[in-house]
Amino acid sequence: MATAVQERPSGELDAFRAEVRAWLEQNCPPAIRNLPRGMDTSFWGGRNPVYPSDDHKVWFERMAERAWTVPTWPSQYGGGGLDAAQGRVLKQEMDRIGAPEPLASLGIMMLGPALLKFGTEEQKLEHIPLIARGKIRWAQGYSEPGAGSDLASLTTRGDDNGDHFLVNGQKIWTTYGHKADMIFTLVRTEPDAPKHIGISFLLIDMDQPGVEATPIRMISGNEHFAQTFFDNAVVPKANIVGERGRGWDVAKYLLTFERSSMGQSLGGGAGKTVADMALDTLGREGLAREPGLRREVAETMMETWAMQIAGERMFDTGKAGSLSPFSPNVMKLLGTELAARRTRLAMTLGGFDSLDAAGRDAYEWLQAPPNCIAGGSNEVQLNVLSKRALELPEQK
Amino acid sequence: MALVLTQDETMLVDSARGLLDREAPLTAFRALRNSGELLAWDRPLYGKLAENGLVAPNVGEADGGVGMGAASAGLVMEQAGHVLAAAPLLSAAISTTLIARAASDSQRSELLGPVVSGQRVLAPALDEAARHDPARLLTMAEKSVGGWTLTGTKTAVVDGFEADAWVVSAMADGAPALFLVEKGASGTSAEKFAAVDSRNYAKLTLSGGPAVRLGEGDASEALAAGLDLGRALLAAELLGMADEAFARTVAYLKERKQFDRVIGSFQALQHRAARMYARLDIARGVVLKALRAIDEGHADATWLASLAKATTTRLARDVMMEAMQMHGGIGVTDDFDVGLFVKRAQSAGELLGDDHFHTERLAAGKWGL
Repeated sequence: MATAVQERPSGELDAFRAEVRAWLEQNCPPAIRNLPRGMDTSFWGGRNPVYPSDDHKVWFERMAERAWTVPTWPSQYGGGGLDAAQGRVLKQEMDRIGAPEPLASLGIMMLGPALLKFGTEEQKLEHIPLIARGKIRWAQGYSEPGAGSDLASLTTRGDDNGDHFLVNGQKIWTTYGHKADMIFTLVRTEPDAPKHIGISFLLIDMDQPGVEATPIRMISGNEHFAQTFFDNAVVPKANIVGERGRGWDVAKYLLTFERSSMGQSLGGGAGKTVADMALDTLGREGLAREPGLRREVAETMMETWAMQIAGERMFDTGKAGSLSPFSPNVMKLLGTELAARRTRLAMTLGGFDSLDAAGRDAYEWLQAPPNCIAGGSNEVQLNVLSKRALELPEQK
Repeated sequence: MALVLTQDETMLVDSARGLLDREAPLTAFRALRNSGELLAWDRPLYGKLAENGLVAPNVGEADGGVGMGAASAGLVMEQAGHVLAAAPLLSAAISTTLIARAASDSQRSELLGPVVSGQRVLAPALDEAARHDPARLLTMAEKSVGGWTLTGTKTAVVDGFEADAWVVSAMADGAPALFLVEKGASGTSAEKFAAVDSRNYAKLTLSGGPAVRLGEGDASEALAAGLDLGRALLAAELLGMADEAFARTVAYLKERKQFDRVIGSFQALQHRAARMYARLDIARGVVLKALRAIDEGHADATWLASLAKATTTRLARDVMMEAMQMHGGIGVTDDFDVGLFVKRAQSAGELLGDDHFHTERLAAGKWGL
């Protein structure tokens, strides 16, 4: 959040760190620390919550009580009210002991920040506390079968019907659409307006007869995405976020959160490094026999380190108010590509054993390429950088 | 360690940029090169840089410097990279670090001031092989009546031919040590080396020439500090050069017309340009991180210097290839400035270790691969 942050004396931050460390040590159940990343081991909240384990439930409830599910959101909407530096300390301390995120949520990652910026006071008071406490699970409905990279050509339409819209159409790649309670969507509400300005950002309750979502099975075997069908779905006009017809602005803003978090989580790399994997599976002697592979491991380590530093710089420039508006595009582009290369390299290092269809290596490897496509394909990121950052002219 | 510039640093960058644009535009470097005084630097320019505190700003206040640390020296180098300023900034920063770390108090107070004020140029002479290999140290120091003598050869001596003295590494009593060798000393000869980047290099032949030992004991740590700083500064210079060559290329893409349109409207070129932009953005953080780590004595400082040097060496190499290619025929003519960046990027890339050297250094040293 771009709120002004006053610098705290470092002593105060140290005291905060000590308090956080002690609290986490006491309250994060040891059994759920250092869980393998990538698998479905997160708690996602929602009207019908499913906890991966009892320990997840305990952990979520304790964190939610402190509003540390959303530590840096304003406290008047149920956030933790921490400043950016404190939020970072909390994250560092959680990482230190391998504590999982207590609540995985597109509401936290994407919708919340957009509501805080574009929402009305009523919308903020209605939705943000529910996101913070994991009461509502959100899905994102942007792409359509005929509108992927060219998102603004979307055709799902909302017909004005007095105090509500009737929404008809189809969305695809709706993350967890089949498990969500509500969906934030881009819908064409002004059919006669130009492409980019006839779209509204609508919040749609999925618990109604006019909405149906079916999962899509991906090459990794996961079913994180869905197709969502709208057949005369009813959406109150109070559920427009931002101005009617200006949903594109909200979507663009929100995409920056998706992109930077994709780039950082994937580019930075958590868990075991490829260097550790290489040493475990091949050892120094094995690597000496395969200098090309050793070199690729080293280069991947270097790129990963560079991306971690880029994430750090994003944080610091954000705090100083000098964040480049194109950082999210850079992070998304290079971070997702790096993740795809790194997870594939891990397959190589594991050799035959990594081919295990039920194994983590294969799962992570097959999970990575979709991220080069999602969130605006990497070619779209290159277009954005060319046109906006470099101001190169449109093709004729 | 915040990866944002402080207010003082921003002012330093502005002042360096202003001074360099005024006193050392690229045309000045070209004129110097064309003057036939190949392999020289611009002494008056160097004096002005010193007057403005831009020579070795890493030197502490107690030693007569401005004490702004490695980061500030790096920021100045980055700006120097933009205009290819012909000034012995790199040698000043490295030699002052070697002296500050290794020399005795009286040597420090005698030697550092004149470098910071631009009066004297001291060039570090550390390498002995064509490819950077600081572990190879065959030059031998022997104790003689009233001092030391050195025997061996040194190469890739940056700013070395017209230096007033050299800071030379040699083995003494079985450990690396540092020595000061004055220009014109007996038994010491410096050979001019005309490199593609038109800078000032030397190869030294030391045949029992006299030398003053800097401090005493094992100088390994001082040497390592000098190398770390030098590598991070070269990374900053490479970043500045890559940034400049890239900006010129993007400007050309917007101006050059073919097939009735500016070539920058072709997506094939746009995406290549966008990739360079992204890599420059990442490299900027890496270079600043390496400089900050040196200032803060961070345990990873030496590895971050390698990361920065490897990253920028490869980046600058790729940007220069693209700069030549996207400029077309004009870009590979001597009259056009792109070639000057191409040549300097090659030497700055090789000096103190290229991407291969530093990748290997990290692989073996940091990750134990």
